[in-house]
Amino acid sequence: MSSILQLNNLKKHYATQKAVDDISFSIEKGSIFGLLGPNGAGKTTLLRMITGIFFPDSGEIIFDGKPYNALEDVTKIGYMPEERGLYKKMKIGEQALYLAQLKGLSKAEAMEKIKFWFKRLEMESWWNKKVEDLSKGMSQKLQFVTTVLHEPKLIILDEPFSGLDPLNANLIKDEIFGLAQRGATVIFSTHRMEQVEEICDHIVLVNLGKKILDGSVTEVKQQFKENKFSIRLKEVPAQISSDAFEVVEQKNQELIVKINEGKGSNDVLQYFIQQTSIESFNEILPSLNEIFIDLVEGTAATTRAFQNVSN
Amino acid sequence: MNKISIIIKREYFSRVKNRRFLLTTILTPLLFVVFIAGATILSLKGKDNHKVAVIDQNGFFKGNLKNANDINFEFPEGVDTLNYLSKGYTDILIIPKFEGTEKVNYVLRSKKRIGIGTEELISNRINQAIEDKMLQDAGINRSQLDSIKEKSKFAELKVLEDKGETVQESSAGLSYGIGFGSGMLIYLTMFIYGAMVMRGVMEEKTNRIAEVMVSSVKPFELMLGKIIGIGAVGLTQFFMWILLIFGLMTAAQLFISPEVMSQVNTLQQYNGQIPSGGMVRAGEAAQKIYSIKHTISMANWPVIISCFIFYFIGGYLFYASLFAAVGSVVNEDPQDAQSLMFPITMPIIFSFIIMSNAVQDPNTGIATWASIIPFSSPMVMMARIAYGVPGTVPYWQLAASMLSLIGGFLLTTWLSGKIYRTGILMYGKKITWKEMGKWAFRKG
Repeated sequence: MSSILQLNNLKKHYATQKAVDDISFSIEKGSIFGLLGPNGAGKTTLLRMITGIFFPDSGEIIFDGKPYNALEDVTKIGYMPEERGLYKKMKIGEQALYLAQLKGLSKAEAMEKIKFWFKRLEMESWWNKKVEDLSKGMSQKLQFVTTVLHEPKLIILDEPFSGLDPLNANLIKDEIFGLAQRGATVIFSTHRMEQVEEICDHIVLVNLGKKILDGSVTEVKQQFKENKFSIRLKEVPAQISSDAFEVVEQKNQELIVKINEGKGSNDVLQYFIQQTSIESFNEILPSLNEIFIDLVEGTAATTRAFQNVSN
Repeated sequence: MNKISIIIKREYFSRVKNRRFLLTTILTPLLFVVFIAGATILSLKGKDNHKVAVIDQNGFFKGNLKNANDINFEFPEGVDTLNYLSKGYTDILIIPKFEGTEKVNYVLRSKKRIGIGTEELISNRINQAIEDKMLQDAGINRSQLDSIKEKSKFAELKVLEDKGETVQESSAGLSYGIGFGSGMLIYLTMFIYGAMVMRGVMEEKTNRIAEVMVSSVKPFELMLGKIIGIGAVGLTQFFMWILLIFGLMTAAQLFISPEVMSQVNTLQQYNGQIPSGGMVRAGEAAQKIYSIKHTISMANWPVIISCFIFYFIGGYLFYASLFAAVGSVVNEDPQDAQSLMFPITMPIIFSFIIMSNAVQDPNTGIATWASIIPFSSPMVMMARIAYGVPGTVPYWQLAASMLSLIGGFLLTTWLSGKIYRTGILMYGKKITWKEMGKWAFRKG
């Protein structure tokens, strides 16, 4: 598959910090791509460059095989920023129509699509309501609709599930899968790692303006595995000592072991098979959450936005 | 371009379709009328009836002191300052004996506070009575004098202005009125609609609409669309006010009797003179209406109106983009807006002061310069134009003023666009003028 978006050595420096410092990656067509990073890592700046709001200081963006042209390509992108914004006094139908027209749809086209989406997400009765009358979750749904209405090739969602109840979150999640299946590419930016594991095919982790991780979810997990396994035994032997592994944790009949370098799972199994019967044995892969914390913790990321307290 | 027109439409219709817009448009002139009428009624109501007991040592005022509407002078016996209230008088007026023309004080005592109008009326009546007495002593009576005064009004001042070959009548009062009125209107527009632009931008920023918007349109388009849309709202409002005024004036003419109107028309035909031997003699009302119409017709309306529209739009555009820039850097706190607005409101208020001097004296150096510099030209030039082009304002000054205003608003819009672009996506940080300056003059 070809890539829809390719970033080459993107840089964006502000007066006080390097918000994006030499980042390159590419996103495949039809994939769901996770852009991760702690607060202030430069995600928003990166997304704003992709959406054409900011120009990079250097580097290039290749969109759909051609250098990115903010004027033309803006209609092929749908961007839902983290901070939602809608005109409070405007009626919901008019608002959706307005935003769709600004994305280049004709009035009739826009109308048709709005009706389709409103029906699909059970929002038909909202047409004449004002945004200020909506709950947070409802306006979130509206914002989602306005983002995908013009059938963009690239959909950028910044924390799309915040403020949604599980029911509505599932509804939106299904829509995201549906959009990807129909050929759209989704960039998904969030802090919620369990959502990333569930949804994303490929992830990139940025920290302090640099890319520190790039790969598919399974690749990344393999890369960061610590050779830990969990074993469930019928009876736990009183004494466990082997040069093949170390016991990290023990809970009733369940052991978590870490296999030493040069040894394999067979060595562990052999050791226990001689003493008792094994009920289950499986590898423990690190969760993205753990990988995230592991990589980001200890860097200046959590503190870099602030100056030192002076005495 | 297409996107700008979509934005303009939204900005325009979201305001015009609002019920509040219709209400303020219709109510503002009505409120004005009600306010003036109310003030008049109140000032009339303020006068209450006075029954004045006059103690006259001269024995002369009785019969010569004329009563006014709500003031009755009476000359009772046995009334003094102690008992006038109990005898049913509201005031007591004590006039001492006059010694030739030596200065003398007469005293009015009252339980109530006396309004300035009443006070003036009483002193006028007394002076008139004294005047009558003196006239009588000189052998002239009041009715003779009145008729002389009336007849002597045949001569009237007419000011003519030399304009190359043609000579035109002019009226300083009219010029003053037009100059001040249009300057005032432009002043109000800048504040009302400028602030509207600022609030609109702040709304977009604080509700975080800006980021959604600028992912579809360029920030400059967004700003320009808003400015033009709101400007169109302003024009619509003025247009409706003009219609309303014309409507009211036509309605007012219905109350004038057709006889008077036909006299006015005759006066207009014969340039203010009723032809001798004519059947009709113009009444006082017709004379007045004619003179108002005649005065109004003296102004060079096509020039004034087209200049007004130009300076109205130019001045609005010049300042609106600055207001937009301020709106874009304000965070949630409206107090920030106040302090950031200050450098913009200062020149507007300053221009207003220069304008109110320029309408009295349109040829001073400061008025001339202020009418060319775009910060103040919309108001000050309007004040001067009312005195005549090219009489007071030479063509080169008008051209320089217009060109510099066009250049000025292009410049402010361009600079504001750059501040706006950065400011609208900047949250949580208090932005200083220094930073705004940096954004404005940054390349790219």
